[in-house]
Amino acid sequence: MSCDFTRTVLHGYLDGELDAAGAAEFESHLESCRECTTALGAEESLRSSLQRSGLYENAPVALRKKIRAGLDAATASPAALRIPAWRWLAVAAAILLVGSISWFAWWRPARDSASTAPFTAAEIIDAHVRSLQPGHLTDVASTDNHTVKPWFDGKLAFVPPVKNFADEGFQLVGGRLDVLGGQNVAALVYSRRKHIINVFVLPTKEPDTPIHPPGLRQGYQWRHWRRQGMEYCAISDVSDSDLYELAQLLYQ
Amino acid sequence: MSGSDQGKGSDVLDAQDRARFEQLVLPHLDAAFNLARWLLKSRADCEDVAQEAMLRAYRFFRGFHGGDARAWLLQIVRNTCYTWLEKNRPVELMTEFDEELHPQPSTSPEALAIAGDNRERLSRALETLPPRFREVLVLRELEGCSYKEIAAITAIPIGTVMSALARARQRLQRALTHSSPQEASREL
Repeated sequence: MSCDFTRTVLHGYLDGELDAAGAAEFESHLESCRECTTALGAEESLRSSLQRSGLYENAPVALRKKIRAGLDAATASPAALRIPAWRWLAVAAAILLVGSISWFAWWRPARDSASTAPFTAAEIIDAHVRSLQPGHLTDVASTDNHTVKPWFDGKLAFVPPVKNFADEGFQLVGGRLDVLGGQNVAALVYSRRKHIINVFVLPTKEPDTPIHPPGLRQGYQWRHWRRQGMEYCAISDVSDSDLYELAQLLYQ
Repeated sequence: MSGSDQGKGSDVLDAQDRARFEQLVLPHLDAAFNLARWLLKSRADCEDVAQEAMLRAYRFFRGFHGGDARAWLLQIVRNTCYTWLEKNRPVELMTEFDEELHPQPSTSPEALAIAGDNRERLSRALETLPPRFREVLVLRELEGCSYKEIAAITAIPIGTVMSALARARQRLQRALTHSSPQEASREL
């Protein structure tokens, strides 16, 4: 009850914040001080209660979304800095036009005749969900594109472009063979803050198309585009802005 | 980690800032939310305040020159919480941090283990502590911050973090065992 250490050094010891000499000194004090021994036991018990209690509260998903929207609003788009306000109408009209053309180009075939679309939305989602089951994500697990790329050699009739964008926040995790719409495809796996992004790649004879507006179903989003004889579809549960960022990196 | 690190929030932020913020600061949103939740004791209020703090951090982001992003963010969260408390619940902030603590016999580990086993009781006991005690406990025990980080976040000198934690823990023990007289009587 009168030991000064109980109210001071004991806590530094408990928290691992004493230097080696200080900790040794306190330990030898503990051997002779019953009060400190009891107090240390009590503090350890309290600490383990606090840490086992589940008192930590994570941010709700809705808040995360609100914050992202707020960040977007506070970020200047490059266009907004240069284009005078009166031109926005023309820009909006152009976006609408391109958007609706892409929408028709991408969605009509999928709905009307499956023969022109290489795969359907349901197939992409199924393939993505399947990949997330334990042990299904990668056939070759590596963050090195020079390991992943050669792995595909001889397994497919084409060579998928494999790039790591770790510096941009998209870490390459590995690659996998998958089947989409009855065709063998390469699946490149990226992680974005613990979220998994699958990028499916297969050859196409169609001309290049820009990155289409996002598709959304069951909480998954996807982006589709064609580039230099390859058809790409990136799918994930990350935000569309993240997905679009990766799509742009791959499009370059 | 000083106030000047927060800099001026006048620059227009671009897509590159946005990406960097997303990578460095946004992963600590849970830490921000948890601190706000325990400082304000209300989920509804803390959502608003955590959002405000996050956007504030973004406006100040050009002033962040690397280092401990979590501590930098939590410092802003804490300041935003205190501003909110001053405006909405000034009475809560009136407890002096350096109040004299009456020496009390140590509670036995067994009594504490019983009292601490109940999440509800633990949560209520933590909420009865003044904010300045609550925050050091939350930062240390729930967030796992070092003394150095706690000093940076709460703006108390690093030399007093240890005694602040000692007081906070004693208060928490007292609150826990007072709320359960039958357990408290079993001690010693």
